[in-house]
Amino acid sequence: MFTHLRQLLRYRALVQSLVARELTARYRGSILGFFWSFVNPLLLLLIYTFVFTVVLPGAHPPELEPFALFLFCGILPWTWFSSSLLESASVLITGGNLIKKVLFPAEVLPVVTVLAGLAHFCLGLPILAVFLIYYRHGGVGLDLLWFPAIVAVQLLLTMGLALLVSALTVHFRDIRDLLQNLLTLWFFATPIIYPLSQAPPTVRRLLNLNPFTHLAVAYQDVLFRPGPFTNWPRLVAVGAASVLVFLVGYFVFDRLRDTLAEEV
Amino acid sequence: MNAIEVRDVHKIYRRYGRRKQFATLKSALLSGSLLRDLRPDETFEALRGVTFDVPAGSTFGIVGRNGSGKSTMLKLIAGIGKPTAGAVRVDGRVSALIELGAGFHPEISGRENVYINGMMLGLTRREIARRFDDIVAYAELEAFIDAPVKTYSSGMYMRLGFAVAVNVDPDVLLVDEVLAVGDEAFTHKCLDTFAEFKRRGKTILLVTHALELVHRFCDQALWLNEGTARAQGDPKRVVDAYLLDVAAGENRQLSSSASPPEPQPPGPEPADMFKADEGRWGSREAEIIEVALLGPDGKPTHVLQSGERMEIALRVRASQPLSDFAFGIGVFNVDGICCCGTNTHIDGGSPGELFGESEVRLIIHSLDLVEGTYKLDVAVHRTGGAPYDYHRQLYTFRVSARTKEVGVYRPRHSWQFSGGVRIEGLE
Repeated sequence: MFTHLRQLLRYRALVQSLVARELTARYRGSILGFFWSFVNPLLLLLIYTFVFTVVLPGAHPPELEPFALFLFCGILPWTWFSSSLLESASVLITGGNLIKKVLFPAEVLPVVTVLAGLAHFCLGLPILAVFLIYYRHGGVGLDLLWFPAIVAVQLLLTMGLALLVSALTVHFRDIRDLLQNLLTLWFFATPIIYPLSQAPPTVRRLLNLNPFTHLAVAYQDVLFRPGPFTNWPRLVAVGAASVLVFLVGYFVFDRLRDTLAEEV
Repeated sequence: MNAIEVRDVHKIYRRYGRRKQFATLKSALLSGSLLRDLRPDETFEALRGVTFDVPAGSTFGIVGRNGSGKSTMLKLIAGIGKPTAGAVRVDGRVSALIELGAGFHPEISGRENVYINGMMLGLTRREIARRFDDIVAYAELEAFIDAPVKTYSSGMYMRLGFAVAVNVDPDVLLVDEVLAVGDEAFTHKCLDTFAEFKRRGKTILLVTHALELVHRFCDQALWLNEGTARAQGDPKRVVDAYLLDVAAGENRQLSSSASPPEPQPPGPEPADMFKADEGRWGSREAEIIEVALLGPDGKPTHVLQSGERMEIALRVRASQPLSDFAFGIGVFNVDGICCCGTNTHIDGGSPGELFGESEVRLIIHSLDLVEGTYKLDVAVHRTGGAPYDYHRQLYTFRVSARTKEVGVYRPRHSWQFSGGVRIEGLE
């Protein structure tokens, strides 16, 4: 297992090129091109802002103003997470020709998917920055230094799940559809469009079991809420859990590796 | 030293039964058969204990019918699959030409694809940059290299894939029937490249149906049949053994499908003899009751080697004494062209008497026909032509030849050269 991990490092130039290809090929032929990476989260944000400030203005507590900014802090990382998982569910099947005909470590494909998602996430950050400046929000301070750590934890968690999902989907094609619904549920089970504090205590205990809860809260703490980031022990705990998820995901992938070329 | 060592390799594939097709995660979870389903239930053994060595610097050919395990073997050597049992060891950098341009992304340019494909095959970015011009020149795509690959013709696509794969500069090159897909010029280029590889002491493993290629190029050959090695060694011997087996298979097929002369009712004589299809007619004072084709060993066969001796044996029964009779044969190729036709009258014989049962044999000392399938007419008739019993194209035989001349006639021949000409490989 660890020799394969090291092998993955040897292929990092390939991973790099494939991520670049993913980004350029995705928007090839569209008029706005790369701009979509900015426009997509912006439009999504617009929809949520419309729903929660015009349609349901009283649904959120006043301390969460400006609510659009609060939403953005959660939606941006969530989009990365969910799209990466959904795409990795089909990445081995669409890339089947590669796995069957070229000697090449199959895990490159889900890894590239997650990293391409990270790139899109990073392209969304300038918009977030523009919002932060526009609102002259006081939530950002020295605790912004935690931001890369949160991204790193999310990367590890997403990667582990992506490896797991991609390898299992080859054997069980239903995972793709199952995952779609599961992610919708997961979205609402994460304090993204509501603050964790608003959930009733019993529900909150359940939400605390969701690793993405702590990631979303961390993003909100660092970017939105004023004051220093005090929740870091939770982040560390989620980080440790993410390492475990990654190892399990990689282990499963490694075990199924030899069956992949035959089953896709 | 061996570049490739294959030791008692077995490969078992899972076959998709009806049950497995409907088994999904849900049913697997519900019936608790998740782990059981991950284990193969219905299996197919593609390779059953194959062992061979490919010495470094040699060219090795694998031949065999479709489904005999050739491509599976190649994939195991390429490392794309793992053997179920046994071991495969390969020394040096491997490049597998299994599907050309397998990793190309249609939306991006040929240039970017060359880089990514090269990296998939194990090159570094710098190595590709250094070889980039060679690759493009080899593929003859200088004018199109910055266009998206989706705009390429399939020939351009293949050329680029091939150019990348051979420029990986492998120590071991695995080739799976890629030559079959290109045009003439591309095939020649491939062959030149292989020859150059060979000169430079690289190891080449060739899986192909082009047997003359094995004959011409390979130092050794392996014949795989249903997952086992049937013959191995000198390519000429292996290819001949393989061809003989193919011929035997065809022989079985022909003898089971094409010798029903007995129950044919005497049909009407066709108006135009040379347009007639299969059939049997005649007045039946004399009858041909059995027809056999005999090979050089005197045994009945339906497959003969070009240039070999062939005998056509007829058993004839005459119910009354006849004094006006002749025996004839005609050989037709698949286009319906009469390759040869003769009878005892044409050959200058004058009939004496025919009565009771007798055997007539025509001996063809050298069957100088090109490779192909032929139909046979046999007849006993009056010297004037009126048939007693005419069997029209009721018998089929196959002529096989190692060289593929065109036309009908394949005279025994050889070439001679003098002066400043040199051609190798002509016997």
